[in-house]
Amino acid sequence: MKPARFRYLRAASVNDALQALAENPDAQILAGGQSLIAMMNLRLVKPACLIDINRISNIGYIDEDGDGVAIGALARHNDVKHSPLIRERCPLLTEAYESIAHHTVRNRGTLGGNLCHADPSSETPAVMVATGATLMLQSLRGQREVGAEDFFLGTYETARRQDEMLTEIRLPGRRTDGWAFAEISNRHGDFAIAVIATTLRIEDGRCEAARVVASGVGEHAARLEPAEEALIGGPIDDARLDAAAAAAAGAVDPHSDSHADAAYRRDAIAALTRRTVRRAAARCD
Amino acid sequence: MERETISVTVNGRAYERAVEPRRLLSDFLREDLRLTGTHVGCEHGVCGSCTVMMDGVTARSCLTFAVMADGAEIETIEGLGSVEAMHPVQQAFWEKHGLQCGFCTPGMLMTAVELLKANPDPSVDDIRDAISGNLCRCTGYQTIVESIQYAAKLMREDGP
Ligand SMILES: Cc1cc2nc3c(=O)[nH]c(=O)nc-3n(C[C@H](O)[C@H](O)[C@H](O)COP(=O)(O)OP(=O)(O)OC[C@H]3O[C@@H](n4cnc5c(N)ncnc54)[C@H](O)[C@@H]3O)c2cc1C
Ligand code: FES
Ligand code: FES
Repeated sequence: MKPARFRYLRAASVNDALQALAENPDAQILAGGQSLIAMMNLRLVKPACLIDINRISNIGYIDEDGDGVAIGALARHNDVKHSPLIRERCPLLTEAYESIAHHTVRNRGTLGGNLCHADPSSETPAVMVATGATLMLQSLRGQREVGAEDFFLGTYETARRQDEMLTEIRLPGRRTDGWAFAEISNRHGDFAIAVIATTLRIEDGRCEAARVVASGVGEHAARLEPAEEALIGGPIDDARLDAAAAAAAGAVDPHSDSHADAAYRRDAIAALTRRTVRRAAARCD
Repeated sequence: MERETISVTVNGRAYERAVEPRRLLSDFLREDLRLTGTHVGCEHGVCGSCTVMMDGVTARSCLTFAVMADGAEIETIEGLGSVEAMHPVQQAFWEKHGLQCGFCTPGMLMTAVELLKANPDPSVDDIRDAISGNLCRCTGYQTIVESIQYAAKLMREDGP
């Protein structure tokens, strides 16, 4: 199908884009277009006005930010995937990129657009929650920071207000030693049937902190707190792995669709929890 | 109907056209410029048959508005080679039966060209990863992978 008509505005600067968002309450930002244009072609969405941010210079950066990383709104997936800085400081994101989309889609698609799109089976929201990333939202009214855990509210739904642009993603420095990402999907590069992103801290053989974050099995990426609690307080041994896997499966309430039914997704979450925790623990050594 | 005037270079030739903002780059190429070598399968980013080069890297032309390509250099399958002077990738697909119906072929070729530019000696896994976003309903991919391996060999022997 073909997209419905829309007005096209091209922003030359972030301020330009914020101005246009404020003046056009029916407008949406156009970044890589790799989700938005697909949905417009299917007429699942019909925005009356698009603000193209692709010509704004200086917002495709990936920079040091203290001991963390600051990523500009227009950093393309492939830039993020291949960034040595991110590999060093947030290797969980690099590992997740092994499973995200295809080269051509990653040439254009942006991490920022991916997060704003908030697909329930997307990988990156799980990584953001697992690492405790912060999203910077800007409007003419000012700037605010939203933690990843508070950003994802539902299917295609985020805490971003209509007049706000996501301008920067801040990944904190590594606060945990162990990390691992795993997903199950039908085809390499497809959206996931189930995802787990895990981070662990182990001190003197004892698990001190854990985040186990699921995607693809609910309306948005979310921590599986019962699984985290099952891990904390002792060594990562078989008993803790079993307990965490069972707790993870019990903590999700997945849907059934043509790709996988709910029972399969629940089993997948248990298996992925086991896999990621084991790998994350091995990386702590 | 609002139209925007855009200038694009396609296969080395400059064009200036007025387009509706909702005009997809794929339709712009096929209908406005009559370059029908670029195919449109799914029109929502899944099949890869519409893949073209935009400023030197591949892009889904069905997920790009023509207005976004204003000022860009586009290369399509028509610019790759001709029957008399085939690009090594075309030569390889021909010799190794990398196509049957040919619907996926323009996208496969553009994707293969991008891969071989970055990686002149790709492994089978590299090739499979590179074409993971391109669907083929005929070949079962086996011969496509062989074609790309063979193209890599031709290009290494002949130089770029
Ligand atoms: C074949 C295919 C496979 C894919 N596989 C995967 C996959 O495995 N995993 C995955 O996660 N994704 C996948 N995607 C989606 C891809 O990652 C998109 O690039 C991404 O979801 C959207 O990024 P974009 O830059 O293209 O944003 P756009 O499509 O331009 O925008 C998406 C949404 O975000 C809004 N937006 C964009 N940027 C901003 C901003 N800075 N501030 C405020 N709002 C903004 C837009 O208004 C729109 O609502 C796939 C896409 C395709 C076509
Ligand atoms: S037509 Fe563009 S990806 Fe299928
Ligand atoms: S040759 Fe027919 S779709 Fe690939």
